[in-house]
Amino acid sequence: MKVELRIWRGDAGQGTLTDYQVEANEGEVILDVLHRLQATQAGDLAVRWNCKAGKCGSCSMEINGRPRLACMTRMSLFDPAETITLTPMRTFPVIRDLVTDVSFNYAKAREIPSFAPDPSVGLGEFRMQQVDVNRSQEFRKCIECFLCQDTCHVIRDHPENERAFAGPRFLMRIAELEMHPADTADRREIAQDDFGLGYCNITKCCTEVCPENIKITDNALIPMKERVVGRKYDPLVWLGAKIGRRPKHDTAAVPAKKG
Amino acid sequence: MTDTERLCYDVVVIGAGGSGLRAAIEARLAGKKTAVISKSLFGKAHTVMAEGGAAAAMGNVNPKDNWQVHFRDTMRGGKFLNNWRMAELHAREAPDRVWELEAWGAVFDRTPDGKISQRNFGGHEYPRLAHVGDRTGLEMIRTLQQKVVALQQEDAAVHGDPEAMIKVFAETTITRLLTDGERIAGAFGYIRENGRFVVFDAPAVILATGGIGKTFKVTSNSWEYTGDGHALALLAGATLLNMEFVQFHPTHMVWPLSVAGLLVTESVRGDGGVLRNSEGNRFMFGYVPDVFRAQYAETEEEADRWYADPDNNRRPPELLPRDEVARSINAEVKAGRGSPHGGVFLDIASRRPAEEILRKLPSMYHQFKELADVDITREPMEVGPAQHYVMGGVEVDPDTAVSSVAGLFAAGEVTGGMHGSNRLGGNSLSDLLVFGRRAGMGAAAYLDTLAAAGGARPAAHEADLAAAQAEALAPLQRTGGENPYTVHAEIQQTMSSLVGIIRREDEIKTALAELEKLRERAGQVSAEGGAAYNPGWHVALDLRNIMLIADCVAQAALERQESRGGHTRDDFPGMSPEWRKVNLICSLDGDRVALRRQPMIGMRADLLALFDRAELEKYLTDPELPPAGQEAS
Repeated sequence: MKVELRIWRGDAGQGTLTDYQVEANEGEVILDVLHRLQATQAGDLAVRWNCKAGKCGSCSMEINGRPRLACMTRMSLFDPAETITLTPMRTFPVIRDLVTDVSFNYAKAREIPSFAPDPSVGLGEFRMQQVDVNRSQEFRKCIECFLCQDTCHVIRDHPENERAFAGPRFLMRIAELEMHPADTADRREIAQDDFGLGYCNITKCCTEVCPENIKITDNALIPMKERVVGRKYDPLVWLGAKIGRRPKHDTAAVPAKKG
Repeated sequence: MTDTERLCYDVVVIGAGGSGLRAAIEARLAGKKTAVISKSLFGKAHTVMAEGGAAAAMGNVNPKDNWQVHFRDTMRGGKFLNNWRMAELHAREAPDRVWELEAWGAVFDRTPDGKISQRNFGGHEYPRLAHVGDRTGLEMIRTLQQKVVALQQEDAAVHGDPEAMIKVFAETTITRLLTDGERIAGAFGYIRENGRFVVFDAPAVILATGGIGKTFKVTSNSWEYTGDGHALALLAGATLLNMEFVQFHPTHMVWPLSVAGLLVTESVRGDGGVLRNSEGNRFMFGYVPDVFRAQYAETEEEADRWYADPDNNRRPPELLPRDEVARSINAEVKAGRGSPHGGVFLDIASRRPAEEILRKLPSMYHQFKELADVDITREPMEVGPAQHYVMGGVEVDPDTAVSSVAGLFAAGEVTGGMHGSNRLGGNSLSDLLVFGRRAGMGAAAYLDTLAAAGGARPAAHEADLAAAQAEALAPLQRTGGENPYTVHAEIQQTMSSLVGIIRREDEIKTALAELEKLRERAGQVSAEGGAAYNPGWHVALDLRNIMLIADCVAQAALERQESRGGHTRDDFPGMSPEWRKVNLICSLDGDRVALRRQPMIGMRADLLALFDRAELEKYLTDPELPPAGQEAS
């Protein structure tokens, strides 16, 4: 069976949609068809991929406009007569063809204060109940495909927000650390002030595209918003800080690289 | 060389998987300026695909476990061909390395008393694998990635630049190591994004490039596994050890074809899943080899009792080491008792409640549901063997991880020796941590020795840089050459069909003749397009490495006239104590692979004493055995 693909080809400068006809077999996914296209017609077609098993999060792209992993998108999803359109993730700058520059995400990751356990706990001495780590574990299923970052409307068409907004993946990272039973830092104020939690208006687009089915909005972002409110506006917390029973300030966000 | 970037580091780590990141962390902790070269983006390395867990005798689930038991299991799994010192260091140090990950933020599954939970796995006497559901590799890579970030944050505070002391070069590939006389001087490569060349001047290089899966057609390995480190080591004058031992993991998806080779974790069997043939029989009971007879159940009733009461029952034969299970599945399919798509059935649906399957094996559920429309809580999976791991690799000193070339270190799957002829599941993730750290320490100590000796650092020669650049540019400049994808596919086909899971002299000889012709063709491919992010060019460059490795595997497979672990010779089906004493060493003679035999060093007496004499008799020759009357304590 032949399928029709319409693929964005080009680089940071400019590009066009190019049509291809490629063989597709039963049970295949988009990435199989792209590989066949590379091997037979377009040897230099740039596609980022690695595990082809939905575990590494490399082959993120937009398939008929929807952010998806090419390795987990089965051909049976489409009408055989349909032309399938493949474009690079729109939120990030294009490097070439279907490959984008996702360095924004690595920069944000580096600004979040790292895991901070009590330094007096020795090797092998951590004791945590399964029920207390379930939530952090859910967030750690994240394969960093950055599809949630791609789809989030706060930055999708608003690059001006990128400085003030870390995106769902990294707000979830903050939630993961905040909910880690052995972490001692406090990131609630910086979640709001430095990472832009307030920009999120819980439209759940991130949750919808997550290939790991992580409930980003319900389990990470909304609870995090509640914690921030508790930290910033709860009179008891305010009093606690005043009389020195609670830390006054968060662990500071790590400055982004200069230049 | 105008367009070439030139950078100066103390240590260059090639590979950003588990062993590479662990090595880089250690080198940076020792105060060395460290570069990490990643063929993919940071955090995407093949380690993310590891599912089952990291083996470490912490004794959290069964307090009887300790390093001696782990050492014994590892040697048995490798059929005593392991470098025993590596197996010893691994078993002793694995618990600390796993606990260290926890202190760096890894969130493992817990026991009821709040410790790290441990699960059963093939060949391990006690529950030993620290795990996070069936995505342990992802947890490990993310934790190491986040530890690198934490160190960069510390460096930002001290130096004003997060990348002052440790920097990750994402989507960068090294094509040549640079030497100055007998010593390492650096590395040459290209940056994927723009195709520009980059030279790293560094006296210490750590190879952490993983395996060789893309030499074979059906493999669970990712795109990156083109044997880069193996080949770079050979080209720099180092030696490879026992390359004939290739692990075919028994259970991978066989259908749909596009996902053939996708791993089905051994945890399915560790957590109660069983293998059945088309007649519904649990055929593994018929395949327990003599050397393992005493440790495995003989009836289904005993095997089923073992999960709840492991002290009074023997293990189910589905949990034999991987080589045994893979060969058994192969034999069942050959005998016409396979599943519709040429595998066998792996059944957990009829044995465990759906809720438990979903909790313990979420990725497997997801994978089968999304890619094959199979609900593993309701129906059996169809599985079969695929290439999964290579036991052979760079010959290193166990304690310092240095290769036979000064300044060249290696850790993880790219090394040989640790796993002997067959690796136990779970021993890879712990191997990466133990020897990644040791390689980082070894490189740091080497740098200190160099500094103490004074004199100039080793320096790359301009002629070598020019040659490396010309070699890399050749496929782009050549016109009318063959398609690199085609040549790659033919190498894979040749290796899978002629030097695969079952081997014979005439077939290996045919393979070597085929490879000879393919070598000519690999040298004449051309890549269309430019140097910026051009996959065709990358495949063309990978072909040199894949060819070299295929040659090593085939030559060693022809030489070793016995069957052991990941090397099965149809024409020499027995395991030979004489051959156990032999290591096969590959090196480069001009541009050809040369093979020689090297005697195995005898095991230290205190380690030998951990085994019963009766068990040792199955593996060792008479002169190697301890004097009669000495028994294991």
